[in-house]
Amino acid sequence: MSEPSHIKFRNPADERPLAKVLLIALSLAFLVFFLFLPLVSVFVEAFRKGWEEYYEALVEPDAVAAIRLTLTVAAIAVPLNLLFGLCAAWAIAKFEFRGKSFLITLIDLPFSISPVISGLVYVLLFGSNSVLGPILKSHGIEILFAVPGIVLATIFVTFPFVARELIPLMQDQGTGDEEAALSLGASGWQTFWFVTLPNIKWGLLYGVLLCNARAMGEFGAVSVVSGHIRGLTNTMPLHVEILYNEYNFVAAFAVASLLALLALVTLALKTILELRFGAGAAGGRH
Amino acid sequence: MTHSATASTARWRLKQPSIIPGFGMTLGFSLAYLSLIILIPVAGLLWRTAGLGWGGFFAVLTDYRTLRALYISFGTAFLAAIVNVVFGTLVAWILSRYNFPGRRLIDAMVDLPFALPTAVAGIALAALYGPNGWIGSFFMPFRIAFTPLGIVVALIFIGLPFVVRTVQPVMEELDREMEEAAATLGANRLQTIVSIVLPALTPALLTGFALAFARGVGEYGSVVFIAGNIPYVSEIAPLLIVIRLEEFNYAGATAVATIMLIISFVMLFVINFIQAWSRRRYGNG
Repeated sequence: MSEPSHIKFRNPADERPLAKVLLIALSLAFLVFFLFLPLVSVFVEAFRKGWEEYYEALVEPDAVAAIRLTLTVAAIAVPLNLLFGLCAAWAIAKFEFRGKSFLITLIDLPFSISPVISGLVYVLLFGSNSVLGPILKSHGIEILFAVPGIVLATIFVTFPFVARELIPLMQDQGTGDEEAALSLGASGWQTFWFVTLPNIKWGLLYGVLLCNARAMGEFGAVSVVSGHIRGLTNTMPLHVEILYNEYNFVAAFAVASLLALLALVTLALKTILELRFGAGAAGGRH
Repeated sequence: MTHSATASTARWRLKQPSIIPGFGMTLGFSLAYLSLIILIPVAGLLWRTAGLGWGGFFAVLTDYRTLRALYISFGTAFLAAIVNVVFGTLVAWILSRYNFPGRRLIDAMVDLPFALPTAVAGIALAALYGPNGWIGSFFMPFRIAFTPLGIVVALIFIGLPFVVRTVQPVMEELDREMEEAAATLGANRLQTIVSIVLPALTPALLTGFALAFARGVGEYGSVVFIAGNIPYVSEIAPLLIVIRLEEFNYAGATAVATIMLIISFVMLFVINFIQAWSRRRYGNG
């Protein structure tokens, strides 16, 4: 019955070995040119003049201020979008109501809007020639070209991340666990804390991770509302732009390398979550 | 429970009855937050455009610089999405079908453009494809960076994961028995792939294309560094919005933004339509 081991049969629903090697080589060549080399070049350019210059570029006061502002903005925008994501996913996944699919479409809206337009809408809303502009000015409230504007623009572009991870996950899980807890006498909050939250924690973490990466790296929307005031309204990506436009390449790539590291850490954590908890725990959509 | 369920069929109600609490609070907060952050600001943009009147709107729309910027944005996004459909499908194919050293790493790295800030990608690509860069110097005197071709390069980078991540799950769920049946009926491998595999992938390919294209049209951060930004030649529509804003030409910025917004809504509609169609036809999306 068994075939002699030296005769190899090829599965007819499979490519020839040579074709496989060629296809893999072609894909890898494409990925090298468009993914790997850009990533490697960030670090090569950053260390072009050695550790000394690299370190100098990162501890310089404007760079430190940019890092601090980026962390501050993410620390405000991510928790707010997390709260929204939880609320929206609870309402959408645990209840049947009219207009639900329209609401899901609206939540996804920021993904299909150019980041520049996301910034522009706030300029039109709060700018000096808008309806609100003069009122805000007379009360001494600064939104545009100040931190609140940057936070708003960041919230806008990172708006869907947590919600769209949680909605399919919680829809899959249904309402059985919650109904059981409630029928056993748990209060609404207890049900949420002890039943729902443990069920969704990895999906939640996944959404927060992606939301945070985008919040710290957002460029277009923030660039429109920030006014680029050094040391005051410059986030890290904007600082990279200014340094680059001044031909201070080593410093630009040094700050950029921090953002690239953030991206690599995000990818690593994301991969670990997907491997350990399966695509199901992590929504599986982007 | 029973009589309220029958009542729900009788009269209109917002939601089906449920013993789970918190509907009012969570939906209320979601709607309020959605309105404040997204709906009111976007409505403000449309309201400002309406204030321009048809005449003002068309004056901006038919301005040659606006038309060129839109043409460049859509043209480069289209080319990049085509390249991404071809190579993204290839990458999805080797990731889902073949086993080779480093497959896991490559699978994880495909998401890099999602995670890497666009400005970082922009300066890295500009350095790499610029006249003195590793790749750019190789092609000299033919220039890649600071031409429309540079825009395409940046948009290929940005759009790749959209195609791979749309096509890959569908590929993994394909029924191999269909391919084996084709082979036993005498089809060679290429015939099987063209007439069995590709048709099943078509909805995913279209969705991936549309997602990459839509993202490419609005992309700003990665493009401005590599484009050269020469008006009429390599100036994209989002950059034109920024330039109009810097000139305090709010009418110009608003009108260009509205055109782009309308086109992205149409794209969103098309993507939803393709996905609904493929769910009906193939049972996957």
